Amino acid sequence: MGETLKLFGWKVSPYSHRVEVALRLKGVKYEFIHEDLANKSDMLIRYNPILKKIPVLLHDDTPIVESQVIVEYIDEVFDGHPILPKDPYERAEARFWARFIDEKVRPQVWMSCWTDGEIQKSFIAQAKESLATLQGRLEGKKFFGGDSIGLIDIMACSLALWYGVMEEVVGLNLLNDYPELCRWGEDYRNVEAVRECLPERELIVDFFAPRKDRIFAKKAPVYD
Amino acid sequence: MASEKGVMLLDFWVSPFGQRARIALAEKGVQYEYKEENLTEKSELLLKANPVHKKIPVLIHDGKPVCESLIIVEYINEVWSDKAPLMPSDPYQKAQARFWADFVDKKVYDCGSRLWKLKGEEQQAAKKEMIEILQLLEAQLGDKKYFGGDSFGFVDVAFVPFTSWFYSYETCANFSVEGVAPKIAQWAKRCMERESVAKTLYDPKKVYEFVCFLKKKFGVE
Repeated sequence: MGETLKLFGWKVSPYSHRVEVALRLKGVKYEFIHEDLANKSDMLIRYNPILKKIPVLLHDDTPIVESQVIVEYIDEVFDGHPILPKDPYERAEARFWARFIDEKVRPQVWMSCWTDGEIQKSFIAQAKESLATLQGRLEGKKFFGGDSIGLIDIMACSLALWYGVMEEVVGLNLLNDYPELCRWGEDYRNVEAVRECLPERELIVDFFAPRKDRIFAKKAPVYD
Repeated sequence: MASEKGVMLLDFWVSPFGQRARIALAEKGVQYEYKEENLTEKSELLLKANPVHKKIPVLIHDGKPVCESLIIVEYINEVWSDKAPLMPSDPYQKAQARFWADFVDKKVYDCGSRLWKLKGEEQQAAKKEMIEILQLLEAQLGDKKYFGGDSFGFVDVAFVPFTSWFYSYETCANFSVEGVAPKIAQWAKRCMERESVAKTLYDPKKVYEFVCFLKKKFGVE
């Protein structure tokens, strides 16, 4: 395999960010191709015909899709900063928490922001429990990966920026009840590889602010 | 949990997720202790081993718990790496395998449940979706012996337990897997020729009995 890397992504998307962080941690060069999600390119649809979503990593014309699958691929192909641990048990544990973030934390925080009434109360209760559980996993360490960021940190990136912005736009205040997670978020944002590919806060505000009325429309916005 | 040496699997007989772990262990020839859980009265051991989700399957290896079926299968593959590789060694093929196993995970069980839980228009919508899912998987399988190519692999392990649910899906929603995705039906038969699969999956009629029990329990008519 050669070394031509192209990333079809969108700066506002945390899923796009996950892949960029992984590439930057490994110190590999890549071309970022910005997709207009309202007008998906033929190339994107060609490389991800099943899901038609970003991010898509093109490694010498071979497409890899789904952010966690891409991150694990990058870790296996490129030397440098290890993203997953070497020990099978620790790998399983990292994957467990990555899945917990994507299947529990993410939809619960998201729906807490974009619903109202009794449904919202139920999602908030679930989100609080999940955030507490996730905070517990930090166990006072700087990062979920220990002294440096790993898979869990990358998968948790939304907690470091996106959710805070989203909550502010809709007028919710969940994350501030979890000081360790907030502290982790700040440490995460200060990692060099992360800083280089974190979107401007205003970009995210500009995405969510016009969609604020979705609460009452009862249809949560989606990134794509 | 005591740091006892050995392998234990906390499971529930008909769970397709538990069956993934059982098939992987059998493919690798790993000796283990099987513990059947009563899901209406979960054991202390289960609650301690999986405090976050309180769900089966849980693999306990030398006292350490591993949760989530696909994560368990990757763990089994990495620890007992000397025999029957379930993942390709090429990183791109591995990425493909993970994508499709994840696709099965996100789509098949959920859509399948809607087939027996719902009626009328909603059931018809679920049926249409299930046919699309089966046809996408069929396109991915192509003319290969298994999803893993010549060797039985990760996607095969992820999907094969659901084949014993096909009869239930077909009966509840009135369609035929063989009719809409013949290659998938043939692949399912080929998998049943493997000892690991034949000894793990239950007779589809028995699974259907279980689905009928669930329907009664959820008040579905």
